[in-house]
Amino acid sequence: MQVNNSVGIVAAQTAHFDAPLTLKSGAVLPQYNLVYETYGQLNADKSNAVLICHALSGTHHVAGKYSEDDKYPGWWDNLIGPNKPLDTNKFFVIGVNNLGGCHGSTGAASINPATSQPWGSAFPILTVEDWVTSQTLLADYLGIQQLAAVVGGSLGGMQALQWTIAYPERVRHALVIASAPNLTAQNMAFNEVARQAIITDPEFHGGDYYAHGVVPRRGLRIARMLGHITYLSDDAMGAKFGRKLKDTIKYSFDAEFEMESYLRYQGDKFAGEFDANTYLRMTRALDYFDPALDFGGDLTEALKKVTAQFLVVSFTSDWRFSPARSREVVKALLDNERTVSYAEVTAAHGHDAFLMPDPHYHAILRSYLNNILVENIQVDNIKAGSVA
Amino acid sequence: MSITQQQLGQEFRHDFAIIASWLPFGAKVLDLGCADGALLQYLKASLEVRGYGVEKDDANWLASMSSGINVIQMDLESGLSGFEDQSFDTVILSQTLQAVHNTEVIVREMLRVGHEVIVTFPNFGYWRNRSQILTGNMPVSKSLPHQWFDTPNVHLCTINDFDQFCKNSNITIKERLVLTDNKPVTFMPNLMGNLAMYRLENSLPR
Repeated sequence: MQVNNSVGIVAAQTAHFDAPLTLKSGAVLPQYNLVYETYGQLNADKSNAVLICHALSGTHHVAGKYSEDDKYPGWWDNLIGPNKPLDTNKFFVIGVNNLGGCHGSTGAASINPATSQPWGSAFPILTVEDWVTSQTLLADYLGIQQLAAVVGGSLGGMQALQWTIAYPERVRHALVIASAPNLTAQNMAFNEVARQAIITDPEFHGGDYYAHGVVPRRGLRIARMLGHITYLSDDAMGAKFGRKLKDTIKYSFDAEFEMESYLRYQGDKFAGEFDANTYLRMTRALDYFDPALDFGGDLTEALKKVTAQFLVVSFTSDWRFSPARSREVVKALLDNERTVSYAEVTAAHGHDAFLMPDPHYHAILRSYLNNILVENIQVDNIKAGSVA
Repeated sequence: MSITQQQLGQEFRHDFAIIASWLPFGAKVLDLGCADGALLQYLKASLEVRGYGVEKDDANWLASMSSGINVIQMDLESGLSGFEDQSFDTVILSQTLQAVHNTEVIVREMLRVGHEVIVTFPNFGYWRNRSQILTGNMPVSKSLPHQWFDTPNVHLCTINDFDQFCKNSNITIKERLVLTDNKPVTFMPNLMGNLAMYRLENSLPR
């Protein structure tokens, strides 16, 4: 029986903040916008809110479509909706575009009120800590004192972890998926290559390319191609493309192998819609995140004040955020005797697996989220919506 | 005990009750190979233990997590490297010993992580098993339900064998109880007992 379980047609909203935000770097954002979407209904005691934190290239558009003709739904639509694992009959789900993003929240392409020009290179470098602080201000704006859960994969998982460290009283559950307590040197090295591709593009203009009416497309394209290689496993690439040729060998440097067309397509698509300054800043936030740093590298100490309950999930073929890194988070939580379950999902898709609708993975999320208690004022709605 | 297995909707398991009797109220417990989490659920309800399970199998892991148990998905065979020395009151290996490959390593690891260790296993020396061997077949029974060709069990042993193992490995047996059909057995336990239950600790000074 096919049940229509999409959140349907959605629209983004904008929250404006006039109070200056002092960032970890010491820089100050005098005012800013956060663009966000919500799905489901906030209950009477506002206890059923779930925040979705996005990763490197994610947005606030997590579920649903903007119009009937929209080709693709939000980036985590397979997870979120009525009767889906993250059930919008039960939860009020919030997607937000992080500060510095390029999908509506204030970023480098926004107008700097001091100069009336785009921020460009002057836009500050933000950290995971700054994002989480801004997310708490969005929660305030929505009248939510405590989130039922924060959910995030990859860089989003780092934000979920940071919520539990910095605002333990404001989050009851953290779902930290395909993430890590910091990046390894190898992982940061990929970011550095991506940034160098962008920064050395002649059309980057030190980050002030907006004024020149150009974008550093070539750099951004290569950065994205590199990223895609690291998000897939060797096996997944082998299964998807192998050594398949589009036609025959032509003794050229054109995209002769299918893998090459795929990477070029992904690179071109991304370069046409994403802002290079955002990409630089997102990768830097990844590099800088290291909650154990202030505790002599001791993650157990860093998580001492955490009170949230945790679900940590990793994927066997994910080599960019390997299971071993998730186990470090689990160990620190165990050392502190916190409530935690850890699943190591057998998956072929590498890092991308966290976005795939693998049945066991989704069963894990469904079951965990199902066990979260919220005051339910919408019992009738749920009954009406649950069985078609 | 405040809550019975019946109240939890569980079939009465004498071995669970014995394990509970070997734990202090509020104990911090690690259950290795926790299956669907039934033991930890019972111990949580009856003794308010602070419990964690370890389970490798996807379906069992999901069943444990769904029942509200903290459960860590990992393979015991690689040791307990994610757990600090002496960080648990008791580490339990309930009816799983016979299915592990690195038996000695795992028992050592349990004694490293826990102050005490509880190990239970089906006694291969039980007379019903012996009688099936005598008739020329590998035993198949309620406690050993698998055929020889699809069994997960790789290290079946008798009570005598395990006693010897503990002696050789310098492990002190604090208590040993033997059950058959949920009832204690004291007469010729290696012959009459179906389920062996051990309460162990390190002999060496820590």
